[in-house]
Amino acid sequence: MTAESKVLGDHPLKPMPVAVVVGASSGIGAALAEKFANEGYKVALLARRVEKLEEICSQINQPGEEPRAFLYQHDVTDVESIPALFQELLQDLHTIDVFVYNSGLMYTVGMSEYSFEKDRSTVEVNLLGGMAWLGQAAILFERMGSGHLVGVSSVAGDRGRVANPPYHAAKAGMSAYLESLRNRLSRQGVHVLTVKPGYVTTELLGDAKTPFPPSSPESVADAIYKAVRRRKQVLYTPWWWRLILLIVQHIPSFIFRRMSF
Amino acid sequence: MAGNLLPTERLFRLENFGHSIEKPVYLYRPTHLEQVAELFEQAGKNGTRIGLRGAGRSYGDAALAGGGVVLDFQRMNRILEWNPDTGVITVEPGVTIEDLWRHILEDGWWSPVMPGTMFPTIGGCLGANIHGKNNWKKGTLGEHVLSFTALLPNGETKVCTPTRNKKLFYSMISGMGLLGVFTSITLQMKKIYSGNLEVKAWAEPDLKKMLEATNQNRDEDYIVGWVDTTARGWGLGRGQMHSARYLEEGEDPYPMLSLNPATQDLPDTIMGLVPKSMVWRILKLGMNNLGAWGGNTAKYLLNRTLGNHKTYLQSLVAFTFLLDYVPNWERAYGRGGLIQYQSFVPRNTAYDVYHEILQLSQNRSLPSYLGVMKRHREDQFLFSHAVDGYSLALDFKVPPRKRETLIRLTQDLNQIVLSGGGRFYFAKDSTLTPEVVRAYLGEKTLQAFRTLKAEVDPQEILQTDLYRRCFRK
Repeated sequence: MTAESKVLGDHPLKPMPVAVVVGASSGIGAALAEKFANEGYKVALLARRVEKLEEICSQINQPGEEPRAFLYQHDVTDVESIPALFQELLQDLHTIDVFVYNSGLMYTVGMSEYSFEKDRSTVEVNLLGGMAWLGQAAILFERMGSGHLVGVSSVAGDRGRVANPPYHAAKAGMSAYLESLRNRLSRQGVHVLTVKPGYVTTELLGDAKTPFPPSSPESVADAIYKAVRRRKQVLYTPWWWRLILLIVQHIPSFIFRRMSF
Repeated sequence: MAGNLLPTERLFRLENFGHSIEKPVYLYRPTHLEQVAELFEQAGKNGTRIGLRGAGRSYGDAALAGGGVVLDFQRMNRILEWNPDTGVITVEPGVTIEDLWRHILEDGWWSPVMPGTMFPTIGGCLGANIHGKNNWKKGTLGEHVLSFTALLPNGETKVCTPTRNKKLFYSMISGMGLLGVFTSITLQMKKIYSGNLEVKAWAEPDLKKMLEATNQNRDEDYIVGWVDTTARGWGLGRGQMHSARYLEEGEDPYPMLSLNPATQDLPDTIMGLVPKSMVWRILKLGMNNLGAWGGNTAKYLLNRTLGNHKTYLQSLVAFTFLLDYVPNWERAYGRGGLIQYQSFVPRNTAYDVYHEILQLSQNRSLPSYLGVMKRHREDQFLFSHAVDGYSLALDFKVPPRKRETLIRLTQDLNQIVLSGGGRFYFAKDSTLTPEVVRAYLGEKTLQAFRTLKAEVDPQEILQTDLYRRCFRK
């Protein structure tokens, strides 16, 4: 939090901005929640694992100060509960300025494995939950004529590789959904950011070997925060992933089919 | 609040009157009491928070409830009973001051207390316990309420008069809609014999003289001072005084004519040329420090020369609702909007306090663009703002890039007002903190409020942004 906002607190003429992060218990989400809190935001953290959220909140909320981090236990596959929970968030926080959907999971899928259970679950967490949440936030931001919608997609959404069909499909869906929202909402003054990280050292990645060096969740969170401030549309992070994907996107299918990558 | 969703079609962006604050709210505009009662009942079950709103003419965050439900009473606007012989009128809370005067004027009545604009609702006016340019003489609007019926968040209906349910009467009036809803309000109007006032206008060269003039003309019916907020040095606080008196019976040869609303209506054009609706756009061009200095100085010089020591007849509407001459004038302040900073300071400290306030705001390069001075007296309502002394209302532009500077200025002004034993007014406020509120209202008043709130609204259903800001524990 900057010294300035510390002096002024939450003033009607300069209200503390509010960020909501869905999927905030670890990795990029947790780093992002801390980043926003450090920049003087009020943050709401949502995830299944309450203990992890409590840990992050206790780091942000300093004794003697008014709490600025609030946690909500939530499973994004429980889509029925989302509209009511969104209203609860809005009532508790009084307004929302930045809404981030970050929840994601990635199974290890064998080369000749076709598990519908894994497919469904991947799509539910990476895509459907995102649609349910971002749709709610879109209504709010459209009415307000302002706001930042952030969806954490992935470079994996740019092409479908051999490795993990459901993950590529879900992330491609997410990227397209976000682009549609952007095309709808930018004329209403709403900023929509698609985040496409490369490899990040998170629970998702585990200790898998990566062909490119992974980046830390903190550096991704910093990049997202900056992109929000600058109203960037699509963020590849680190930046050189844009070049890699430019090449990957142009690999013709007759070659791509034959690659083990 | 699972299971009981508020419809997203009701989600709107709502602003304060000063256009300096915006919040998302679920907006409801009830027409009948049953709808309000039902919402209270639902809120009790679901934990929904409700803020009450009249016409949304509060300068600050008094009629906003970010993320919650806002109940807008503008459609509950029926005049329930009017007796032209006694001047007693009973209205629903959404009846506006304009509805009121248009209804009663022809019968020779006028509200003993009128705000400076005709657009607020009477429910809102009582919530804030508004005053007029005769506060030292006639008190606040609440002092002319004979009785009201209230619907409380706990579901009870109570009839309140100055003697029956006395505590609730003196708390709901001035209570900023935090204790309950006025469902019908009975007011005593004042008999008048002409639609015109005899107005005197003259200029005063400095703050001391302005305060003296405000004080010495207390046998008039109305007094108001315009303060040139940009004048420095010897001329600091200079301005123009207006006093006015009602005409006695027989003084107006054609009272039926002047009491007709048709003769009261404000002109559609300024100087017969510029349509009123365009004026704020023109004003906007000059809404900067230089323009404000030019405007204030030119006005003062005109008042000092051509317009000095004039006596004339002016219609009640034109004199009373000065703010309404320029529709949407508040939009002239541009993107960041405006705040009004009004402080009420006792007689003996007023000069020092206002001198310091004017000087400090000039020195910080954030001069007020408009200043208005009035004379007041104490009242016994819970959140009373008035003192036996003066008030100075200052309009400040909120420059989008200098919000911190403005906030810091008002924080310093708050300390100056407190050190002079002054008070504040929730209808105008957007700068108070719980500490400042405790300092001027006193712990006893806050305790009384909390006790009553716990009784009538145990679940804290009624919450506005102002409530959360000023009454945080």
